[in-house]
Formats: sequence, C-alpha cells, structure tokens
Amino acid sequence: MSQKVLLNAKEVNIILHRLACQLIEKHTDFTDTVLIGLQPRGKYLANRLVKILSEDYKIKNIQLGYLDITFYRDDFRRGDKPLEANTTEVNVIVENKKVVFIDDVLFTGRSIRAALTAIQSFGRPKEIELLTLIDRRFSRHLPIQPDYRGRQVDTINEEKVVVNWLENNGEDKIYLINNE
Amino acid sequence: MSELSVNHLLGIKYLNKQDIQLIFETADHFKEVINRPIKKVPSLRDITIANLFFENSTRTKLSFELAEKRLSADVINFSASQSSVKKGETLIDTVNNILSMKVDMVVMRHPNPGAGVFLSKHVNASIINAGDGAHEHPTQALLDSYSIRERLGEVKGKKVVIVGDILHSRVALSNIFALQLQGAEVMVCGPKTLIPKYIDKLGVTVETNLLKALNWCDVANMLRVQNERMEISYFPTTREYTQQYGINKKLLDSLNKEITIMHPGPINRGVEITSDVADSKQAIILNQVQNGVAIRMAVIYLLASKIK
Repeated sequence: MSQKVLLNAKEVNIILHRLACQLIEKHTDFTDTVLIGLQPRGKYLANRLVKILSEDYKIKNIQLGYLDITFYRDDFRRGDKPLEANTTEVNVIVENKKVVFIDDVLFTGRSIRAALTAIQSFGRPKEIELLTLIDRRFSRHLPIQPDYRGRQVDTINEEKVVVNWLENNGEDKIYLINNE
Repeated sequence: MSELSVNHLLGIKYLNKQDIQLIFETADHFKEVINRPIKKVPSLRDITIANLFFENSTRTKLSFELAEKRLSADVINFSASQSSVKKGETLIDTVNNILSMKVDMVVMRHPNPGAGVFLSKHVNASIINAGDGAHEHPTQALLDSYSIRERLGEVKGKKVVIVGDILHSRVALSNIFALQLQGAEVMVCGPKTLIPKYIDKLGVTVETNLLKALNWCDVANMLRVQNERMEISYFPTTREYTQQYGINKKLLDSLNKEITIMHPGPINRGVEITSDVADSKQAIILNQVQNGVAIRMAVIYLLASKIK
C-alpha cells in the first residue's frame, strides 16, 4: 500500500475559501439558495463552507440541509454488504430554489445521480449545481460534471481518495491511496 | 452490524437484540421518508411481494401494502376467502404457484400457529409472519416497542403491563419476547381464564387486579377480547369484563402517575378502553399505526437486502 498527500491543511484552506468565493459570485446573498451536503461525507465539507461564508464573508441565514441517498442508490442487493442509511435533514424548502449539492469526492457520478432523484421528494428546485472538493477525472460512469471543483486529479480505479477533516479525523488532509 | 441475523421474520424469538436495534435505526430513516412531501423511495424496484392473508385483517394488511408501495416494490394481494384454498389446495401448492410467478417475498397471515416456519422450510422466498394463529405477530411487537422508545426514550428498564385476553393473543407473546429482549419488565393482567397456564415460565409476572397492575407500570398495552377465537365462555358477561379489566379516565386519574396507553387495534370502545382514554394524550394508539408503516418498511428493506 502506498499513500500520497494530495492536499495539506493549508491547501485545503485556500481551496475552501476559493470555493466559498465562487459560490458568492454566483449566489450573492444566498436568499434563493439551499446548500445540500450529501451524506455521509459531504456533510463536513458543507458545514465548513457555511462556516467560512458566515464568519469570513458575513453572509447571514444560509439555508443548509443534509441529504442521504442510500434508498435511491442503484446498487441495492448488488454488493456483499447491505447499504447503511444515514440521517436526512432537509428542513428547508427546496421548491423553486437554487440547490447546490456538496460532496467531497466525485468519482463515478452515481451518488449524484441518486441525489438528483432523492431531492425531488422534497420539491422541484429551480436549478441544481454540484460542488465537489476532489474531482476524479476520467472515472465517470454517467454524464455528470461539477460546477465548482476544488482540485481535479487523475486516478486509476484501484486508487482511493481519502478526505480527512479536523472535526472527525483530527487533520485537514487529503490522501491518494494505492492498495497495490 | 448492518445486517439482520435471519433471512425470514417468523417471530421475535428468532431475533437478537442487535436485530431489533438495526430495525429501529432503519425505521427512524423511513419515518423521516414517510413524512416527506413525496413519501416514496425507489429501493425495492426489482422486488415483488405477495401478501397472503388466510385470515381477516384490515390494519396489518393496509400497513404492509403501504410499506411495500412506499419502497416501490411490486405487490400482489391474496385473500383466502376468494381463492382456490376453498377448492382444496394445500398451503405449499398455493404458495409455490404464486412463487412461480417470480415473487421474492411473502407476507403471510394464517390461522395456524407455525404456518410461517413451515412455509420457510418448503419454499424459496423470504417469509414475513404477519400473524400466525395465537402464536406470534412480530411486526406488531416491533412497532409497539418502537412506539415506547419514541415516547419514553428507551425500552430498557420500563415496566409494561399487557392487559386482557392473553390466551388468544399473538400480540402478547411477541410483545413479551420483544420487551424482555430489550430489558423491559413485563406483567400480564387479565381474568385467570384468559391467562395461559405456565406463562410465568416466560419470566413475566401475573396480576389479576387491574388497579395494582396500573400502579406498577409505565406503559399499559390494552388487548381486545378475541371473541372470534373463543369456543367457550371465559367470563360471565362483557359488562363484567369491562368493570374488572376495562380502563377509563377515572381509573387513570386515580393513579399517582401518568402512564402511557397502547392498543394494537381494533379497539372495542367501551369494552377494554373508553373513548375518553383512547382519544387522550396519554394514548399513543395512532402513533403506533404510523410507526407500523415505518417498522414494516424497515423489516422489508432489511430482509430484501439479503435476497440474492
């Protein structure tokens, strides 16, 4: 097994600020915007972005939700292990809002496909965008691309991208792990 | 732990504590789902479920059917009264005929105890017992415990009395197993004629005085007198039964604490429970019905994920 640091804490911090600024550029005061962190890992990124937007850029009343896509996945009964669900907390109205999906790593695009279906259970958003910290290029199974990306990386299927957050892993660091 | 230890839900006695925990955690997610504007998830698109009801049922059948449809499963319904069972077909033949139409799961209610276990040994499908005679009714017991957990925070350490016709009740037996598995204390209360002999061997206490039982408990689960299963008289009159074992507002107000009232339905208003109690805030009867859909979704989802 070999591992390589893709991004260190300083680089993560710079990228988060850039992503926050890109969101402001498009959404200005966020009145018609709902940020949706995709469970389980997108929650941390969403929380971090909201923290930066509200503390550093003084944007108030950002609407945030967490969406679990387990019951919408297309690989039910196809793996060895059953799929474990996480909590969904969408206590905001998404009808006619600009929704931004937030997830840490974009790989095959299947999770995003499931999220696009799942969000419809809560209403019909005006538009949906995708923000992702790591975009694994050339690995997509579906025609899905991010609107905001932190870093684009070239990986092979056997490699794994691991995103660690200070809140639950004790460090802000992103690794590329090769199990071979 | 993210998988049930069983491939069928035949009774609570085949489950372990972790299974119940997993079912409850999964039901929490489904409870959120059924409160969304669109109450449906596509998980079980490729699963077909047959509901075989060899005995009458309204609530359980509707609840199962709704749970199946909320999970996007294909559903076929069958009632014994309109079927070839009356023409002399055996249970295995009936079920195998249905399974040959590529059905993955069977939800069955049957008047004979053990019908689910029997079926699970002879057919190749996941079986959910929706009540087998006076034996078990596992999903009812699960939703009862889930409702207690929702109202009182946890089941462990709670004192629950089951009042009424214990002898003919599958709800009572499944509830005793489920509550004990989760660390609750269980008492049964009713006329001696309606309490099975040797029930104390299950580790429950027996009480024939309702007031004493109510003063002891945190939760009272009121059962219906199952007249349709009685071939002889077990008590002199319904009126006398009500006087001894029916609960009313006055009785509840005389207790020094507020207890939670449950009822698996259907209610015989004015017999085991008066309307002012059934419709009071102490009663969680309608919560039980709502939780029933979430629990059944969880059970179906978890069992379906084990179908290969």
